[in-house]
Amino acid sequence: MISIKNISKNFGKLKAIDNLNLELNKGECIALIGPNGCGKTTLIKSILGMVLPESGEILFDGKSIKNDNDYRNYIGYMPQIGRYPENMTIGQIVNMIQGIRNTQEALDKTLYEQYAIEKMLDKKMRTLSGGTTQKVSAVLAFMFQSKVLILDEPTAGLDPISSEILKEKIIDAKNKGKLILITSHLLSELEDLVTQVIFMQEGKLILHENVNDLKQKTGEQTIAKSIIQLLKQGKA
Amino acid sequence: MIRILKYVALDILKNKIVIAYTIMLALFSWSAFGLEDNESKGILTVLNIVLLTVPLVSILFSTIYIYNSNEFVELLVSNPVKRSMVWKALFTGLSISMVAAYWIGVGIPLLIYANFATAIMMLLAGSLLSVIFVSVAFLCSTLTRDKAKGIGISIMLWLYFALLFDGLVLFLFFQFADYPIEKVVVLLSALSPVDLSRILILLRLDVSAMMGYTGAVFQQYFGSSWGLLVSFGLLCLWVFVPFYISLRKFKRKDL
Repeated sequence: MISIKNISKNFGKLKAIDNLNLELNKGECIALIGPNGCGKTTLIKSILGMVLPESGEILFDGKSIKNDNDYRNYIGYMPQIGRYPENMTIGQIVNMIQGIRNTQEALDKTLYEQYAIEKMLDKKMRTLSGGTTQKVSAVLAFMFQSKVLILDEPTAGLDPISSEILKEKIIDAKNKGKLILITSHLLSELEDLVTQVIFMQEGKLILHENVNDLKQKTGEQTIAKSIIQLLKQGKA
Repeated sequence: MIRILKYVALDILKNKIVIAYTIMLALFSWSAFGLEDNESKGILTVLNIVLLTVPLVSILFSTIYIYNSNEFVELLVSNPVKRSMVWKALFTGLSISMVAAYWIGVGIPLLIYANFATAIMMLLAGSLLSVIFVSVAFLCSTLTRDKAKGIGISIMLWLYFALLFDGLVLFLFFQFADYPIEKVVVLLSALSPVDLSRILILLRLDVSAMMGYTGAVFQQYFGSSWGLLVSFGLLCLWVFVPFYISLRKFKRKDL
């Protein structure tokens, strides 16, 4: 569904992404992990066309995303830190994004209802707490029945109940056969969600494997332990 | 684009700074016309205020607004929207609100007190000035990612256009007073939108007679309808060029 071919991106002297190749397919739920500053967010932003790689190309359903906007109709994106125009209310933001997407399909309002956004429609974005802003981002990302979901640190800042609601929603989306890409530092949180793991370090792809294979290979029970094991062995 | 524009414009118009700016302009213009017994004098006072405050507020407010809407731009760009569309919507929204503030603040008293043709001229020049400095603000904010630097650059540019440029021209004038440099001065004045607008409006008033020979040269160049067209063309170029450069940069920018 998404093929990433030999992309590289430098920020000054820093190599954020170094000749990266990836193949992401339908129905996969992928954890994108790695130490801080390893290029996770840069990779996500490259897929969204927000960062423009210096070389290589990204294909979405076989078509290059360069100079294309329409493919983003199929992507739901939840940013790491969502900030919105201060004077706009939640209702206006939701309306605006709906208008931009202009989709004919029915909207997915489960998160909207579960997070009781209805009651807060008149609240200005500036008055919202970090967690509530994060909820708005989640609602917007899941609203449009997108084929691909890209979630950058989705549960950071959410309270345990909201976080659980979001996790259920992610599992639900996975079961519907969507491609889901999640970054998180909390490996324990991803444990029961993901089917594949991508580990990056200094812009390079270190590992891209099925979770079950990974566990078998290392003989560990959890993803976190397997990764640590691999790192210790120096194989990864 | 219309939908994005609607929300951007709404967001800006509700901003308290824009409201305060409108009220300030209105206060200045009403009191200027109320205090001066002569229409020309009133216009001159308003003109001096307009030439200082309009560029300053337009460039500063826009620069800060663009930096602050960074995340908003990110949000839009992650949706199926063309990048250039987002940038144009922001530009149009900022321009509309600056021009609206100017029309409400200065336009109404102008139309009531001043001679109609002069008022229209001043409305046009002021609106163009607002948009020009919004456009320059877009250029400033694409030059650097650092907000403080960006605001610094825009203040420097304002200082240059509103104060320093005048000083430079005056300096040239005195240094080369023995030479016929009037034509050079005409050319130079085209390099600053503030001066261009000032000359355009001064020529509409009787005071241009007090500018002596230079005034006559200006009258000859800018007074004719052809000169008027050229100078408005130049002002439009001042809108278009900085914005176009910023648009090209924005399209290749990493968000």
